[in-house]
Parts: sequence; structure tokens; C-alpha cells
Amino acid sequence: MTGAATSPFEGHVPVLRLGGVLLVTLQGDLYDSTAEQLQQDIGETAADSAVTGVVIDLSGVEIVDSFMGRVLSDVAAMTRLLAAQTVVAGMRPAVAITLVELGLTLPGLRTALNTEEALRLLGAEVAALPRAGRARGESP
Amino acid sequence: MTHSTGSVSACLPINSDLDLVRVRQHVRQMTAQLGFGLVEQTKLVTAASELARNALVHGGGGQMECTSVSSGGIQGLRLVFSDQGPGIVDLDQALSDGYTSGEGLGMGLGGARRLVHEFSIDSRRGIGTTVTVTSWNSRPPRPREAP
Amino acid sequence: MPEQQVAEHETDPAEEVGAFLRRRREQIAQRWADAALFRTVYTVSRDDAVDAGRTVVEALAAVAVSGRVQDAEADGFTVVREQLARTAQARARAGATIAQISEEMDALRPPVTDLLLDELSESPAEHLRECTTALTVLMGTLRLVMLEATTIAGQELINRQRLELLEIATPVIKLWEGIVAVPLIGTLDSARSQVVMETLLDAVVEQHARIAILDITGVPTVDSLVAQHLMKTVAAARLMGAECIVSGIRPAIAQTIVHLGIDLSSVLTRASLADALAYALQQQGAHIVPNPASTVEPR
Repeated sequence: MTGAATSPFEGHVPVLRLGGVLLVTLQGDLYDSTAEQLQQDIGETAADSAVTGVVIDLSGVEIVDSFMGRVLSDVAAMTRLLAAQTVVAGMRPAVAITLVELGLTLPGLRTALNTEEALRLLGAEVAALPRAGRARGESP
Repeated sequence: MTHSTGSVSACLPINSDLDLVRVRQHVRQMTAQLGFGLVEQTKLVTAASELARNALVHGGGGQMECTSVSSGGIQGLRLVFSDQGPGIVDLDQALSDGYTSGEGLGMGLGGARRLVHEFSIDSRRGIGTTVTVTSWNSRPPRPREAP
Repeated sequence: MPEQQVAEHETDPAEEVGAFLRRRREQIAQRWADAALFRTVYTVSRDDAVDAGRTVVEALAAVAVSGRVQDAEADGFTVVREQLARTAQARARAGATIAQISEEMDALRPPVTDLLLDELSESPAEHLRECTTALTVLMGTLRLVMLEATTIAGQELINRQRLELLEIATPVIKLWEGIVAVPLIGTLDSARSQVVMETLLDAVVEQHARIAILDITGVPTVDSLVAQHLMKTVAAARLMGAECIVSGIRPAIAQTIVHLGIDLSSVLTRASLADALAYALQQQGAHIVPNPASTVEPR
């Protein structure tokens, strides 16, 4: 885990590390600066170590505007350069509809219904990932 | 376009990162109070976020005036964003997708227009830009845009 | 005041009516606020009714001053057209017929005429007659504008009801664990597409569906607008982490799509719902083994 709040308004979003996967859970309304800081934090953490995937959980986020959309795209592009996959998980229907109407389909971004699904997705592709539990492709 | 009655006005400054969050929260609260559906709420909050950021980034700051409008029993929310920035030189270009004069995906103005029921913009060079948007909560059929 | 009117009796009666309306705006608005039309629409606050009345009087005054009392297209009406439409809509929703609305509009005239007569009681008969005529014509024109708005509002009411019907008529079917389908029947327009999109995406969340199938077997035509809506739905589903398949594309529709030059390449399509389901099951890791018996032609 990296980062702790430095000030009430420009805090760090915690970046959790689970094996080779970074897990970021966004909640509520984010300041632009917090989002930019997060982008940096993910970049640094991903470069530091053998990270193979990044999961950004958006299930607690009520709005994604073009600024936030750019941050997500940038994180995906950046991690790709560092040989890690980014998966955005749990986007709400209203947010997805709004993004599409806004004209942002974020084509470069991988998505999943929820965090579990995202980890499964990464696990399926990164077979070498040392992680217990979760067998893949065993859906009913 | 004019609307008959207006009430519950609020005026929020747009001068910082923090103000953008306040604008979004205020619009969210207002649309919820007016009984907007979740999708319509999200659309208007997102549009507000885009327009407020435009005023902040390109207009050097400004303000948002928030008025609940109602006409013959149907309620809506009108937001007026104004700044005293340099103004927009080419409106058509600014409204087209992919156009950006700063960072971002260039979806600000054109995108915001698609998220609301009514949209008008008045920009004068050297004087500033005012964008007025209105959404109604009963999902009236959207009028076709005149070319 | 009477002196002035005598001196000015050469002035245009329409202008005179306009000036009268502006002077008496408050009184008229107050009287109208208790008339059936305003009472039934502005139920919550009388102040709102008075506000609305003022706006209408102001518009009438503007029309009168411009001298176009018989012109329903006069610029002065523009500002109130929308308000009148919403009023009409509210009345129509409450079950008022066009005839009733027309009557209620007519009932707005006498209070104004009474005021005018009072005010001009000292004027020459000829002038008085001209002014009341101008006012009557003006109120008639307002009624016409209102009825126009009523007709449009009626259309909107029908649209809204259709929308409500659509919400009921868009079933989401769970085909399998993690697979939902929405069969579409009938024409897809903007409003309906919106409902379909929301319904489908909500189902994706509720059912944890990784695959959503939009079956358009029952959609008679696909134009570029419908195609655009389909693509939006697919794009939104993808953002949520679900895959959306469009099935039931009949040959004629496939041909239209090609003819129109619509690019559906971003959309995963299948000819039939069965094909889409087979694909979805495979994606879920299921293996479908054809039953040897089914290769025999059914009798």
C-alpha cells in the first residue's frame, strides 16, 4: 500500500497491492488534483515492481466526466507501456450511458462487471500470476 | 429560450478544483430534489462538470447560477455558466467533437450539449462566455436540433 | 387621465389597449389567478399563478403595442408560447377536453374587458368601441395560440403515454446464469431506445450478466438512427464490463444496413437469438453438443 492523505483536499487514493495486481477503489467525487495524483501513484507503483495488472473499481463513483475519462485512458495507456493490463470494474449504468452520450467510449480500456470479475480476467490472461483460490472459467 | 417562472436561485463561484466538486454536488442535490431520474441526474451533473471546468480552465474562473424553473407543472433545472475569459473565437469548432484548446479529450462543449435538453452559448471575444443549459425532469421528447 | 385620453383619442386603439394592459397588469394577473384555468394548473401557490398571469398580460401588451392583435404568430407571443403549452399540457393531463380549455380561456376575457370599460368610461363612444374590439380580437388570438399549444401538448401526452407503455413493454429475460436478453418488437425511436438501454444495463447489474443480447427480430426497419442507438447501447454495456450481442438481423435489414453505409463493425451480431445464445454459452465455457437425433429432419 502506498500513500496517505497529505491534506484534506488533495489526498492520495490508496493503491492496494494483491500479488501482481494493483487494486484501486474510487469512492464518491474526486478532485481533479487527486485524480492526477492517482495517475502518478499508479505509474510509480507499477514501474517499481512486477505488476501485471491494475484494477480500478468504479462502483462507488457517481460521475465520470471527460477529465476523469482522460485519466482512466491515460492510466491504461501508461500501464500498457509498463506491460500491465488495466481493467476498469463496476461502472454504474447511469455513468456508462452518460459517457457514451458524451462521446467517450474509451476504446482502449478493458472493463469488467466487478472487481472479482476483473481479477478473474487478469488471472486468465496472466497465467503465471501467483494467486490462490479462484479457478478460472468455471462459470455455470 | 425563455422560461416562465424561476425560483430558488443559487450562485456558486468557479475558481478552483474544490469549486468543481461543489458545483457537481449542488447540481446533484438539486436534480434529486426535483425528482430527476438517475440517468438524467447523472447527465446534468456531468454536463455541469464539463461546463464548470471550461469556465475554470479557459475562462480563468467564473460562476454558475442554478435556477429551478417550472412551467405549467413540469419542473426543470437551468444552469448558467459565465466567465470573463478571452471568449471563444470559433464557436462551431469549439462545439465539434475532438476539439480542444487545452488538455482533455475535447468533449467538453459538444459533449455537454448532448447531455442536456436545451443548450445555448453566447461568447464574445475579450468579454467572456456564457453557456445556458436546461433539462426537464419529465423527459419531454427532445426537439430536433435546427441545422 | 380622462383628459389625456380625450386628447389622445386619435391614437391607435391597439396601442391604447397595450398601454392599458401594462398599467393594469397587476390587477389583471390578480383576477386571472382565481380563474379556473390558473387555479387548476397552479395548485400549489397562488403567487405562481399571479406570476404566470403577469407574463401573459405582458405578452399581450407587447403584441397589442406592435399592432398585430389578430396575428397568432406575432413575436410577442413567443415568450408565453411555452408556458401556455405547459399549462395546456397540465390541463390535458387532468382530463380537460379542448372545448373545456377553450372555455376556460374565454373566461379570462370578461375581467379584462370590465377593467377597460371602467377606465375608458369617459372616452367617446367610437373610441371605446374600437378599443374593446381590439381587446376582444387580441383575447381571441390568445385563445388560438393556446389551442395550438393544446394540440401540441396532446401530441406530447400521447408520446409520454407511449413511453410509459414502453417501460412496461420492455421485458428482460434471463436466459442463463449471466446471460440476459431483451427482445425488441416494433419501431425503435429515441425515447424507446433510451428506455431499452436503461433497462438492459440495469439488468446487467442485477443479474451479474456478462452477456446481454438485444434481439431485433421484431424491429421492422433499421435506419441510421436506430443503428446509432444500438451502437450506443453496446458501447455502454462494454463500459460496464458486459458484452452485448445484437441478434435477429433479417437479410432485408442486413441489406439496408449495407446500403445505408452504416458501420456496425463495432457491434457483435448474430443472425438469430439461438445463435447468439449458443455464442454466449460458449463464452461462458459451456460446450454445446449437437443431439444426433436433431440432425434428422423434424417431422
